[in-house]
Amino acid sequence: MNLRRLAALIRKETLQIIRDPSSIVIALVLPVVLLLLFGYGVSLDAKDIRLAVVVESPTPAGSSLVAAFADSPFFRVTELRHRGEAEQGMVAGRFKGVVVVPTAFAEKAGRGDDAPLQVLLDGTDANTARLMRGYVEGVWSKWLAHEAGQRGQTVAVPVVAQPRVWFNPQMLSRDVLVPGLIAINMTLIGTLLTALVVAREWERGTMEALIATPVSVAEILLGKLVPYFVLGMAGMILSVGLGTALFQVPLRGSLWVLMAVSALFLVGALAMGLLISTVAKNQFVAGQIAIVSAFLPAFMLSGFVFEPSSAPAWIEMLSRAVAARYFVTILQTLFLAGDLWSVILPNSAALAVIAAFFLVVTLRRTHKRLD
Amino acid sequence: MEPLAVIREVGKRFGDTTALDHVSAAIPAGQVTGLVGSDGAGKTTLVRLLAGLLVPDGGDVAVCGHDSVTATAGIHAAIGYMPQRFGLYEDLSVIQNLSLYADLRGLAPEEHRATFDRLLGFSGLSGFESRLAGKLSGGMKQKLGLACALIATPKLLLLDEPSVGVDPVSRRELWRMVHGLAETGVGVVWSTAYLDEAERCHSVLLLDRGKLLYDGDPAVLTGRFAGRSFVVRGMADKRAVQAAARARADVADSLIQGAGVRLVMAEKAPPPTATELTDSPGATVEPIPPRFEDAFVALLEHRNAAIPALPSWGRHSGSGTVVEAKGLTRRFGDFVAVDKIDFAVAAGEIFGLLGPNGAGKSTTFRMLCGLLPPSGGEARTAGIDLATAAPQARQRLGYMSQKFSLYSDLSVRQNLNFFAGVYGLTGAHRRDTIARMIAVFGLEHMIDQNAGGLPLGFKQRLALAAAIMHGPDILFLDEPTSGVDPLVRREFWSHINAMAAEGVSVLVTTHFLDEAEYCDRIGIVYRGRMIALGAPDAIKTEARSATLPDPSLEDAFVALVERADREEAS
Repeated sequence: MNLRRLAALIRKETLQIIRDPSSIVIALVLPVVLLLLFGYGVSLDAKDIRLAVVVESPTPAGSSLVAAFADSPFFRVTELRHRGEAEQGMVAGRFKGVVVVPTAFAEKAGRGDDAPLQVLLDGTDANTARLMRGYVEGVWSKWLAHEAGQRGQTVAVPVVAQPRVWFNPQMLSRDVLVPGLIAINMTLIGTLLTALVVAREWERGTMEALIATPVSVAEILLGKLVPYFVLGMAGMILSVGLGTALFQVPLRGSLWVLMAVSALFLVGALAMGLLISTVAKNQFVAGQIAIVSAFLPAFMLSGFVFEPSSAPAWIEMLSRAVAARYFVTILQTLFLAGDLWSVILPNSAALAVIAAFFLVVTLRRTHKRLD
Repeated sequence: MEPLAVIREVGKRFGDTTALDHVSAAIPAGQVTGLVGSDGAGKTTLVRLLAGLLVPDGGDVAVCGHDSVTATAGIHAAIGYMPQRFGLYEDLSVIQNLSLYADLRGLAPEEHRATFDRLLGFSGLSGFESRLAGKLSGGMKQKLGLACALIATPKLLLLDEPSVGVDPVSRRELWRMVHGLAETGVGVVWSTAYLDEAERCHSVLLLDRGKLLYDGDPAVLTGRFAGRSFVVRGMADKRAVQAAARARADVADSLIQGAGVRLVMAEKAPPPTATELTDSPGATVEPIPPRFEDAFVALLEHRNAAIPALPSWGRHSGSGTVVEAKGLTRRFGDFVAVDKIDFAVAAGEIFGLLGPNGAGKSTTFRMLCGLLPPSGGEARTAGIDLATAAPQARQRLGYMSQKFSLYSDLSVRQNLNFFAGVYGLTGAHRRDTIARMIAVFGLEHMIDQNAGGLPLGFKQRLALAAAIMHGPDILFLDEPTSGVDPLVRREFWSHINAMAAEGVSVLVTTHFLDEAEYCDRIGIVYRGRMIALGAPDAIKTEARSATLPDPSLEDAFVALVERADREEAS
């Protein structure tokens, strides 16, 4: 290892990053765009769901039920008289659900008999449909209790569950998504960007000139790792700053642990990018491989949006090979819960194993040869 | 003296192709050794083996005493290597590139300044230190690549096709620089497909399809063919003379050179008399000194089988001016790619556009074909402005683009069928034409292969077949022979000549100055402007001076470009 050669390679790479706007875009602009998109645009919470309530014949009981739905923050209620209209609206996509209050409802409810309601849900969005079912039942039972109270009765409920949500009491999906985004950003910088820049050297023939000089394989690899490591950490700090300042995502763990774990993840991602570029020597193929093998798994299998443990067993197994899965777990813990060593240590160990694996394979696969 | 590099019984295969087959040679210090051969001959493979970048399948390579497989570190410390695309970082400046390679090659920091100044002066790049390498011209990139390879004064300098895409002026400077280096004791390996460059080497390794055909002084090889080269002059129809010469078994090679026809006779065959070749009363046959290309073609003569004639589409009716450019201009942003170019091409004429890469040749072509709207001036082809005319008008022209424009993942037959369909050939006419194209271009053996996997020469043949199968009146060929060997080049030109004889107008771009000699008239394009226009011999005469009484076309080209540069500077 010759420090002057290494310094020359790092200087060269840094100049190229500064001159090439696409690296800057991937490293510093894309994180901001993704954060804004997910912070403002994407929400997994169901709010203001369009609901039609059909009251076939107006009664005081019916109106108070409609009012109960309208009071809920989850629904935006349209009151209708005929179920036909509501069904058409659901077919056309104007309503996500319909609650039908039949003519006999008030009478039956007043007598304390079974008073059936009909609830129709649009199942094309299964997630929202499931949430609505819960919300409708909630509104319904609250209303029943209220009505009973009005008449001086109590509805006998044997057990009352008092849910309390830990870590994210308001259940804001944003607080879960923003930490996960850091993993996505670092995968993009670490794997995609590195794979592309090395492939570009092969494409332009500069790698051929480089490997005919006295540089060693370790110098070539470190010359790529160091600048993109700095860039990746910068992107991470930017994301954390934006997430906590703009979206008020809490950071309950310590910043230093966050930095250390991110560094560990980034080394693995960079090594994977370098490995991809030893296989694919043109930018198009390298980009495709990086997206399929790093970015998509980080998106789909990391628990960033979809929980791997609820996936089929073989996909769950597959997700264990994805570094982002461990990183997302650590990130969500650090942001929402704090320095929980029982979570951080085993997941960091997994990250270290993956990083070591990619580093060793890359070192062994990189030769100063063309064949 | 101990040779710098020793190559012993080296073989190298890539899949099914043999790149090198039992090659043995030695590279001496203080000399320029030319690696000469056509595309696919094995030149790049040999250079990469010398650089320790490839492992030979058999035999061994030693450079400065280091084995190329077990001691690559020693080799990398001793060589300077410039790969085909120079190995420059285009987004770094000239000085940043130099300083990177200086650090990589371990040049002491206190020597940087002096070495950079020396190399910048040597390569004529002083004053361009802060310019990005990507913004340099082809010739300047080449010189910077050379400067980077020379930064720590190597013992062995490996240059892989350093003159491709470089204009003749820069090429001459590059040769001057390389000879200067050899005088200081550096061993230089210069690989090239240009046969005229072989004559400038101290010794050559002549490669053909992975086999070493000749190793030694190029003049000795050329000398073996002394007394076999002749030139026919003073006839009315040079193409008829060439065709007559081609048909004779005792003529190994025949080529149009300006107004004359160059002949290389088969071994021990006496030259033909003028009357055997032409009816023109004033025609003469005179002996001339042989050149390296004569030797090369004669050595490979056994491969030079008779070329089947193209099918006749019948005499083309056009007459007078067929293609015309008037004040033709094309700008891309601030950059003027083509600047007020004027010329006209008559029916049955072969017109060559000549110039360095990036001079504006292809842009001019695209405007004439109606593929690119001009920013100013007029481009008329077959009397119509193709930029606005109906697509049917394009039926009258054939266009072969510089890049391989066929479908790589369709077979040869599928490509031919497709293009026949595009041009509206149907029924028996379509079947006949395709069958004749297959016969003429020798495509039977590879008819079901994917076009992308063909050897370069066959790709070019297929591309030409696709461009001419509908019998166009006007043919645009953009660098049709770039990268193909001299034998395929001759075959192409025999077809081009045959079509011109039937009245087809042919416009061809080239940066081979030899090839320009085959044209009736040429226009030299430089930095978007037409700096000379006329018959090749007239252009040579124009450049005649006291110091150059009998200039070659390359001499003329260099003189004209230098004059244009001086005019621009003043």
